[in-house]
Amino acid sequence: MSTELSEAAAPPPAGTGESSPAPSRRTFIATSAAVGGAVVASGTFLASPEEATAAGSAPSSRVSLTVNGTRRTVTVDNRTSLLDLLREHLGLTGSKKGCNAGACGACTVLVDGHRVNSCLTLAVRLEGAEVTTVEGLAEGDRLHPLQQAFIDEDAFQCGYCTPGQIVSGVGCIQEGHTNSPEEIREWMSGNICRCGCYVKIVRAVEQTAGRK
Amino acid sequence: MSPQPQAAVGAPLSRVDGRLKVTGKALYAAEHDVDGAVHAVIVDAGIGRGRITSIDARAALAHPGVLRVIHNGNAPKLPYRDNSGSNNPPEGRRLRVFQDDRVRFHGQPVAVVVATTLEAAQHGASLVEVSYDAERPSTDLHEAEPDEPTRYARGDADAGLRSAAVRLDLTYRMARNHHNPMEPHATIARWDGDRLTVWDKTQWVVGTQTELSTVFDLPLESVRVISPFVGGGFGSGLRCWPHVVVAALAARETKRPVKLVLSRKQMYLGTGFRPSYEYRLRLGSDRRGRLSAAVHEMDGETSSYEKFTEGIMAAGQMFYSMPHVRQAYRLVPLDVNTPLWMRGPGFATASFVIESAMDELAHRIGIDPIELRRRNEPNEDESNGLPWSTRRLRECYTVGAREFGWHRRSPKPRSTRDGDWLTGLGMAAGVYDPGRFPAQARVRLDADGTAVAEAAASDMGPGTYTAQAQVAADALGLTMRTVTFRLGDSLYPPTPPHGGSMTMTCVGSAVLDACNKVRRQAIELAVEDEDSPLHGVPADDIVVRSGRLHVQGNPARGETYQRLLARNNRTHLEADGSYAGAPEPARHSYYAYNATFAEVAVDATLGLVRVRRMLGVYDAGRIISPKLADSQALGGMVGGIGQALLEHTVTDHRDGRIVNANLADYLVPVNADIPDLKAIYLEGEDMDADPLGVKGIGEIVQVGVAAAIANAVFNATGRRIRELPITAEALL
Repeated sequence: MSTELSEAAAPPPAGTGESSPAPSRRTFIATSAAVGGAVVASGTFLASPEEATAAGSAPSSRVSLTVNGTRRTVTVDNRTSLLDLLREHLGLTGSKKGCNAGACGACTVLVDGHRVNSCLTLAVRLEGAEVTTVEGLAEGDRLHPLQQAFIDEDAFQCGYCTPGQIVSGVGCIQEGHTNSPEEIREWMSGNICRCGCYVKIVRAVEQTAGRK
Repeated sequence: MSPQPQAAVGAPLSRVDGRLKVTGKALYAAEHDVDGAVHAVIVDAGIGRGRITSIDARAALAHPGVLRVIHNGNAPKLPYRDNSGSNNPPEGRRLRVFQDDRVRFHGQPVAVVVATTLEAAQHGASLVEVSYDAERPSTDLHEAEPDEPTRYARGDADAGLRSAAVRLDLTYRMARNHHNPMEPHATIARWDGDRLTVWDKTQWVVGTQTELSTVFDLPLESVRVISPFVGGGFGSGLRCWPHVVVAALAARETKRPVKLVLSRKQMYLGTGFRPSYEYRLRLGSDRRGRLSAAVHEMDGETSSYEKFTEGIMAAGQMFYSMPHVRQAYRLVPLDVNTPLWMRGPGFATASFVIESAMDELAHRIGIDPIELRRRNEPNEDESNGLPWSTRRLRECYTVGAREFGWHRRSPKPRSTRDGDWLTGLGMAAGVYDPGRFPAQARVRLDADGTAVAEAAASDMGPGTYTAQAQVAADALGLTMRTVTFRLGDSLYPPTPPHGGSMTMTCVGSAVLDACNKVRRQAIELAVEDEDSPLHGVPADDIVVRSGRLHVQGNPARGETYQRLLARNNRTHLEADGSYAGAPEPARHSYYAYNATFAEVAVDATLGLVRVRRMLGVYDAGRIISPKLADSQALGGMVGGIGQALLEHTVTDHRDGRIVNANLADYLVPVNADIPDLKAIYLEGEDMDADPLGVKGIGEIVQVGVAAAIANAVFNATGRRIRELPITAEALL
């Protein structure tokens, strides 16, 4: 339930088409949903007579934040998590929902440079925040060194935890918790990999930290 | 035809889909942008058994954004035609969503709320008031009444045991485990008239297609299932579960595309699990450790409405040489959802028992555990008299012992210390029976020299995209850059499920067949073409390398696919390939094997177990994609560490509720739990297995891991733990 007001305040990073402020189909849906019953009544959607027509809409708030360098102003349902804002409204499905309870780390993003479980973060709290997701790490076609290290070390299999692992690894390196494999293991233990790629995740983080 | 040079197969290549995965652009089931999709959230039964007496959806329907609440009181009757495919158990009657008022297990779907937003659907689901007439559920394996057993016998096991010089009588308990792939199960369903399209998390698009076609009584071709990326499975995606039907039903009822994503909690309620077992094993041997008899009695969970079975009996029949074996495998129907095969199904459970017992026997008679296994190595499969295709366990032991430093193991338990930690080494052997079922594939070579191979396969992580392209590249004589493998769409040629270590074997053999046919077409076109430099050359003398056909041993004489096709006005060449499955009757006994080694440290005061290092050595036939195979093996060890030390689904037997249905209380290994792991695949191939010479690796890599750890714990502490997971409490 977000209404995107396109603001081209900051240009999207080159090559990351997902960050485009132009309305996507997802934002169109979200926009339509924001006016709920009116859209249904107008016949834009096929409505069957048995359907409930929503009386009123859920409490919502307006929030401005920067996602991968692009300023976004959205009106969101107050219950919306940052993760659901990214995935359901902004078309940024790179951040994953694994548990929606802060236990698995698949949703890890950077908020003002810090690692955060986006599933536990309400979107409306983020006025003025800078959010970086996995989609914001590469520069054009040039992958972030940690992304490249994940490919080189084969530090993933199914790939579902991978965006969270990589964003978390970027945070871990920035924090300087990479002085030994043991330290990396501890500080990367908030990100579960069920395929069991931990040995190679540690290698990828260690290598990338060493290159800095 | 001349054998093709192997450039891609066996090369340690990176994943072809790696870039999509590390940039977040790989689309998983819930991430497909389907126009106009609304959200559905399932309401779970709050009792473990009984009847729904009423459902009050008024508050939910009054919630802004909620469109519809569907439940047994208002759902249409669904045809639910019989479906013996789709991995539905052959015995029993599958759960039919919203078709009656029965609650068969805690968490069964009893309603679905559809809303314009996810938030509204979630909140709406919490507002649905369901009233029940509750009964006390039966969920305890050890209390409930088992079915009649499935039996096996050879020789006279009772007499064999009576006359044995050494006898063991051991009972093991294995906890229930949940697959817990990182991606929750999710489905987007869309109807276009009478045609249904679903984007689904599944390990078998054909199985999901078949199930939906029978549930809704649609022609098979009216259902399309799309699943390009699967965020892990470990078996949970081998069936089409009721929530997929719920999504399709909700879409039909609301006339909109519907997106339904299970919560992590719901992943414990409705997508299967590795069943809990109680397993009594009696073993008899002579004083030198030669086995004479074994009696296996295993009780495993199933649901009240379906008979779930898995391959828990085979290892006891064929793994070690002995004249007398008797087995009884009983299912125990419980008020739970139906289990489903989880990594190394059956074998990972049986191997914990058998390999722990072998370690115990070795200790009892005072010989090295590897030597005990060598003394009982069978020369043929004693369950059917067939010769092995390949069985290289002795090499696994030799290589593993050398690489792991087995000679450093003290045979005396509790004799090695490192500060507060007791340390120990253990090993176990493993076996898995990879499935071989018919598969098809299609390959098209275009005039620009690129090729596309297609099959309705899946890639839940092993690297199907990459490994199948490696097979295709070499068979066509193309570089990896010019070959694409497509999967995850029921429009492609059908394959068996993506599980049971079948994908490389079955799909790979079909891809190989299709590519060989295309290459043959090109060669025949060239040798019959008077304008080709290859005109008149015997077809068998021609190979293709980097897209260029040439005479074997004379690279100068030849031409490229592009030139050949352009001159002959061909836009493309294409062929369908197939793999027929296991030969009938069987000529060989065909299994993959391993030996796993573990070093553990156990805190002498706290009972805490830490794995310090592990090594797996595998006899798995030819390895197509070594870099990715290495990752699979390490992942199997991590799964085994979870099975051995952490994973335990806990049920409150008073009401049948799973009390730890989340990733904070159901423990899985995290990074800090995992030390250095190493995998070695024995070089070689098994050409009796299939045309590729592979045996599959995804399952065998977890088999035996838990026993190796348990045996290391015994070596470290002198404490024999016969229950999984091994907990600190058990060691205090």
